[in-house]
Amino acid sequence: MKKLSARRRHPLAAVVVLLLALAATGGLYAAFAPAGKAQADETSQSLTITEGKKLYEVGCASCHGTGGQGSSDGPSLVGVGAAAVDFQVGTGRMPAATMQGAQVPRKKVVYNQTQIDQLAAYIASLGAGPSVPTKDQYGPDGADIAKGGELFRTNCAQCHNFTGKGGALTQGKFAPSLEGVAPKHIYEAMQTGPQNMPSFPDTTMSSKNKKDIIAYLNAVNGDKTENPGGLELGGLGPVSEGLFAWIFGLGALIVVAVWVAARTAKAKKS
Amino acid sequence: MSTAANESPRARGKAPAGERVADWADGRLGIYSLAKSNMRKIFPDHWSFMLGEVCMYSFIIIILTGVYLTLFFHPSMNEVVYHGSYVPLQGQLMSEAFNSTLHISFDVRGGLLMRQIHHWAALIFLAGMFVHMMRVFFTGAFRKPREINWLFGFLLFVLGMFTGFTGYSLPDDLLSGTGVRFMEGAILSVPIVGTYLSMFLFGGEFPGHDFVARFYSIHILLLPGIMLGLMVGHLILVFYHKHTQFAGPGKTEKNVVGMPLLPVYMAKAGGFFFLVFGVIAFIAAVAQINPIWAMGPYRPDQVSTGAQPDWYMGFSEGLIRFMPGWEINIWGHTLVLGVFIPLVIFPLVLVAIAVYPFIESWVTGDKSEHHILDRPRNAPTRTGLGVAWMTLYLTLLVGGGNDLWATHFHLSINAVTYFVRIFFFVGPVIAFLVTKRICLGLQRRDREKVLHGRETGIIKRLPHGEFIEVHEPLSQEQLHTLTAHHQYEPAEIGPVVDENGVRRKVGTSEKLRAKLSSAYYGEDNQIPKPTVDEYKEITSGHGHH
Repeated sequence: MKKLSARRRHPLAAVVVLLLALAATGGLYAAFAPAGKAQADETSQSLTITEGKKLYEVGCASCHGTGGQGSSDGPSLVGVGAAAVDFQVGTGRMPAATMQGAQVPRKKVVYNQTQIDQLAAYIASLGAGPSVPTKDQYGPDGADIAKGGELFRTNCAQCHNFTGKGGALTQGKFAPSLEGVAPKHIYEAMQTGPQNMPSFPDTTMSSKNKKDIIAYLNAVNGDKTENPGGLELGGLGPVSEGLFAWIFGLGALIVVAVWVAARTAKAKKS
Repeated sequence: MSTAANESPRARGKAPAGERVADWADGRLGIYSLAKSNMRKIFPDHWSFMLGEVCMYSFIIIILTGVYLTLFFHPSMNEVVYHGSYVPLQGQLMSEAFNSTLHISFDVRGGLLMRQIHHWAALIFLAGMFVHMMRVFFTGAFRKPREINWLFGFLLFVLGMFTGFTGYSLPDDLLSGTGVRFMEGAILSVPIVGTYLSMFLFGGEFPGHDFVARFYSIHILLLPGIMLGLMVGHLILVFYHKHTQFAGPGKTEKNVVGMPLLPVYMAKAGGFFFLVFGVIAFIAAVAQINPIWAMGPYRPDQVSTGAQPDWYMGFSEGLIRFMPGWEINIWGHTLVLGVFIPLVIFPLVLVAIAVYPFIESWVTGDKSEHHILDRPRNAPTRTGLGVAWMTLYLTLLVGGGNDLWATHFHLSINAVTYFVRIFFFVGPVIAFLVTKRICLGLQRRDREKVLHGRETGIIKRLPHGEFIEVHEPLSQEQLHTLTAHHQYEPAEIGPVVDENGVRRKVGTSEKLRAKLSSAYYGEDNQIPKPTVDEYKEITSGHGHH
């Protein structure tokens, strides 16, 4: 302590104190602030990529190639980005066991979210691409539902129907129903354009517009959507309405007519 | 108030109020004799005779709810910004028509229910007319003297289609706007006059600012007015001709067996009105129809998949969807065959069924009146043709919904379309042949039943070991019912040489008629019904079959 005390008037003392203070603040910041995580991620990130690579080699490489370069059975994954992986694997479309039918359908998800993140990290490391959106990108806060509706009708409804019930494309392909699809996955689909869907990168459709569309879908085709007027009948328009009118409308009326005609005043035979 | 002479018989007091009102009205309207002759009008009982009533009642329901809707609907295409209670459309630009329909749906008391009753009743009205028309067709009720009434009914169906079309186009929503655009495209495909017609109808370029107002007066005034007139005419003719009836004991071409209009049918029909109203109101209360708020306002630059018309226009959608997109370009003018050919076939599909009664009466050459209905099996060619027409119609409906067939049955939309293309031509032929065979089979069965009785399913073993099934003879009533129908002889070409030995010319129409007649009634095209002699020979006979 004597030594320290003796040098406290040293010209460099202020510099040393400053350095110590900076180190302490930085250290504390690193320990408590979110940025600290980023630093910790530095190691776990590479770990994630390694884990992802392992998963990739088991589950994906047979079609997409050992280094994601693609093969005759699957496209190259270089540059598709984490968003594409999160969408394809997160909706169960990948792994597509064997190519069946005209397009890969949504099905049971094989990997858990951690594994999906690992796969995504590995694919993202192969080449730059869109990253997985954050909650405030696809969340409902600050979204304009009506604007989203207008955008949806202009850009999406021609394949996905007015409220996202899905529709047919050529040769057995189809635009899937958007019912029950997580907002994150809708965002990723718009950004990456999976399968037959065109992509809507931020240069074409801003992040805000995507948020509006998701909010609109949530309003008209979400879990809490109320249907004024009763049963929706699939929300497919006049075809299902016509079928309903014939079977339950006219059908019921014919049953009633049969009933009325069967109950007649019997003429007395004299 | 009146003269002394009139008062004298009423010395003990005035007549009851009801009688006086009736007297007053009768003196001015002459309703007594009218009522007397019609109140006891007889109507036969059969559920299929009530299909027309379903149509009439749903038409009345449509008029009543429609009047309510006109109180709140603004047939204008002026653009306004929406500030109503449906959140996902707030702040959107839309026409006043769409805005007021949203207002009816969300902010007018009972508005949505009225809209839904109106629309569901319209679908059921058209479906009812279709089934009613098929009932009349397959039972031969269109024969003399009812051909004009058949045409009245047909016109009601066609006008109903267009009233429906102009009606669902009024809200100016994205779905109906697409339908109007479809119609405009069809009009544009007409050579030479197409563009002029379109400009005339829309008051300029599509969509313009006029069509909602124009459709509105067509929808609420012009077409329903004509339909109401036709319907009254239709009913007057039903009264005048009296109702047809199925063959049976005691029923002849000269009588009608059933219940009198008053009191039995008045009560039944009145009750049936409320049943129809109840069913439609119930459906409207539980099932959504045409949710225009989900479709959004019409904008020509937007479109949704699954854009189909209401079912009664579905066959036109089918025609356009299965037609290859052919196009001819001559001297800088484009002829869009892919749209124009469907536009030409569209009325032909309808006219084909409308003119059928006249073709049949020409083939049979029958000038007598028919009040006893045919069982469909006893007119195999007619029944076959009817089923062929329905198959064609149904095929077109499938074609109109090809995308939903594709998505719901996991098919390729191309495969569905190709199927419709082929089945449009092949389907009716197959349907005709199969139906005719089934009818002939049923005729044979009737013949068997008349001659040998009903199979009881009881197996008897005879003393010498033979097994036979016991047949139970039919009752006199059943025998009558099964053999009451008239069977035509195929028309022959009359003598080619007249009594003076001069050859006359046989016209092509006469040859055609003879050919068609033998296709209708020739050998193998109907099973001769058992004669009395055959019946006696077998029933009196030895050797029980």
